[in-house]
Amino acid sequence: MALSKKITRSLMLGAFGVALAIPGVAVAQDAGAHAAGLTGNAETGKQYYRRWCVGCHGKEGNGEGENAPYLDPKPRDFTEALFRWRSTPTGTLPTDQDLYDTITRGVVDTLMPTWRPLTPQTRVDLIAYIKTFSPKWQTQKAGTPITIPPEPPQTIDSVLHGRQLFDQMQCWKCHGPEGRGDGPSAITLTDDKGEPIRPYNFHDGTRFRCGETNQDLYKIFMTGLDGTPMPSFADSLKPQDAWDLVHFLRTLQPNVPSTSRTVWLDYVKTHQGQIKPMGADAQGQ
Amino acid sequence: MNSPLMTKRINRVVAGVPALLFLLAVLLPSPKPAKAIPAFARKYGLPCSACHVGWPELNNFGQVFRDNGYQMMNERDSPITRDPSYFPATIRITPQWHRESANNQPVNNSTSESEDHTGTLTTAGFDLSGLDMWFAGTLYKNISFSVLPSSDSFANFHFENAFVRFDNLFNSSWLNVKVGKFELDLPVSEKRLLTLSGDGGFYYIYHFSPFGDQNPFGGIGDNQLGVELVGHNANSYTRYAVSVLSSNDGGVGLLYGVPPSPSEAGNPSGRTYDVYGHFEQGFNTIGNGFMKVGAYGYFGYAPTFFETSGGNPIYGKGNEPFYRAGAEWKWYFNKFLVKGVYLHGYDNAFLANGIPSNSGSLKGTGNQAAIWNGGFIEGQYVISPQWIMIGRWETVHMAQQINTETPGNLGNLNAITYANRWYPFMFSRAGLALQQEVSWVRSNGVTNQGGAYGSLCGDAGLSPTCKINSYSIMLGFDFDF
Repeated sequence: MALSKKITRSLMLGAFGVALAIPGVAVAQDAGAHAAGLTGNAETGKQYYRRWCVGCHGKEGNGEGENAPYLDPKPRDFTEALFRWRSTPTGTLPTDQDLYDTITRGVVDTLMPTWRPLTPQTRVDLIAYIKTFSPKWQTQKAGTPITIPPEPPQTIDSVLHGRQLFDQMQCWKCHGPEGRGDGPSAITLTDDKGEPIRPYNFHDGTRFRCGETNQDLYKIFMTGLDGTPMPSFADSLKPQDAWDLVHFLRTLQPNVPSTSRTVWLDYVKTHQGQIKPMGADAQGQ
Repeated sequence: MNSPLMTKRINRVVAGVPALLFLLAVLLPSPKPAKAIPAFARKYGLPCSACHVGWPELNNFGQVFRDNGYQMMNERDSPITRDPSYFPATIRITPQWHRESANNQPVNNSTSESEDHTGTLTTAGFDLSGLDMWFAGTLYKNISFSVLPSSDSFANFHFENAFVRFDNLFNSSWLNVKVGKFELDLPVSEKRLLTLSGDGGFYYIYHFSPFGDQNPFGGIGDNQLGVELVGHNANSYTRYAVSVLSSNDGGVGLLYGVPPSPSEAGNPSGRTYDVYGHFEQGFNTIGNGFMKVGAYGYFGYAPTFFETSGGNPIYGKGNEPFYRAGAEWKWYFNKFLVKGVYLHGYDNAFLANGIPSNSGSLKGTGNQAAIWNGGFIEGQYVISPQWIMIGRWETVHMAQQINTETPGNLGNLNAITYANRWYPFMFSRAGLALQQEVSWVRSNGVTNQGGAYGSLCGDAGLSPTCKINSYSIMLGFDFDF
């Protein structure tokens, strides 16, 4: 009994000593976060960041965590405050809700998983902490989310016009004429960090990194993916044109059932000889 | 055996061990990343803390990963997407110093074994835990597996688990099927327990057996052989599991008398199937936490005699029922985790008394079904992802003994365990935890550790007033790689 008491006392002292040995670090530049009807706390978010995010995004938030050398694509560098998946115009900061959606959804075909298992409050706290890594969050406001008009019917006219736009705007140069991500420019593409980047493969992909709905696809054209070669077409595409392009791109996805693909396949059956090729072959390039 | 002076010296040295461990932990330089890594952390590049409250206990993110069949569901799960050199293997063992002590034990006189008396038995020294060699991962998208050859500290191996799992059938997370040997979907996993000592390294209610009970079922804490249908929603707040299991308590081989390993010796082969079910529902709460409540039940049969051939027992007959059922409550809020599990146990009278069920009536014999209740409350304080304190109180009380002559509270027990678990580093390559643990269990008249009732209280016979106090102290290095 005496021995047990001694050792128990020793254990308690040891535990207390370890507690004192762990330094506390205050969080600076807390810009707060508001998403999903909740308010985030950066100090709390820091603890969660250390638990879940630090391995890839790094202690300093610069995307240089211990696993970064082994990852492709590389983890996001939060110190740049440059985010791809936004509802806001190109060049602007995303809304807290955009960040919340990305954390919740994860990023398909990367090692960024869905964090839906975390409580909503935990996710919002994480956003609050992520925003402490760049001073931009102190000096700039998030952009105003773009307006997405109601989707028009998915008709063959819409699909054909979208196909025409895909050809004229030379989307095929990166994405390839069949949307396989194998256009002639694909191999040359890099992101803002100089890392090679691959265009989206519509043929094999079922989900986009920013979501999976037609609205998500529309948003990509109109906001661009900052930090990548994918620009915003907000200045050159009218909303109706953007929707037509969405409807055409859906025809390139054999693994995603859609009305657009159905009407396109019906059209192909009856107009086999009238469909002009796209891409370099069609333009003699 | 030892002189008082020697005992005093040893006590002084032993008492200094925790301080030494603490000093080492503080003074040692930060470890460099190792070249080989635990199975899943290596695959996904996440630190241990992503999936574990503190490994091996899962947090909700880890639970979802496990429920998805060891998949992140991000199109990067199939082995074809990984580096060819990746191999999903992990080893785990715990070198340790531990001290075990129990009072009111029968002790033989050193000069004459015929002169027994009651005394305290204490052992202490450096030791090893068993070894786990765990292989687990995906064979293909939505097909996962696990193989865990596990040994005791003498390197006697058995299959702790071995199964293949078909995940997300019909693209639904509600339909997943597992076939093989596996841990039941328990309210709180015992295989992922954060306490490791001799008295505190298991949940008593998962293995409890009343004094004299002959039911060969080892308890719901034992891994079982069968098929499991399990489903969950996106964040695993809602989960269910239904298993159909061979009535063999997880023992492989279908013939009685040829047990495949010492650990499974004596398990009779039943020709029936048991059923286990578990349902839990979670919801968000104040304090940025979430709560889960649930219920579970195991309903089985076990034989009371055997068909024989040439005098050798072949398979069990005269099957009689037993069950374990209960409820759970878990609350995760901020840095605190609290879990409570209740269990009600029942063994049929023939089964409990080891009487062949074809031998007639039990009337007038005093033999009756065994019934008991138990539960535990466990609290954890997560100081940081690298430091956790654990405390647990567990109790089991007999409601009805197997015979009316048996004292009503014989075998009742209370156990208290406290552990301090510190991970000096936390990354995705390997894991090391410094474990400091004390555990105390007090039983009425008979010890009951890990399900097997043990020695009676000294020379007191069936005396529930004789209390056996058992203590474990453990200081260990729990590591996986």
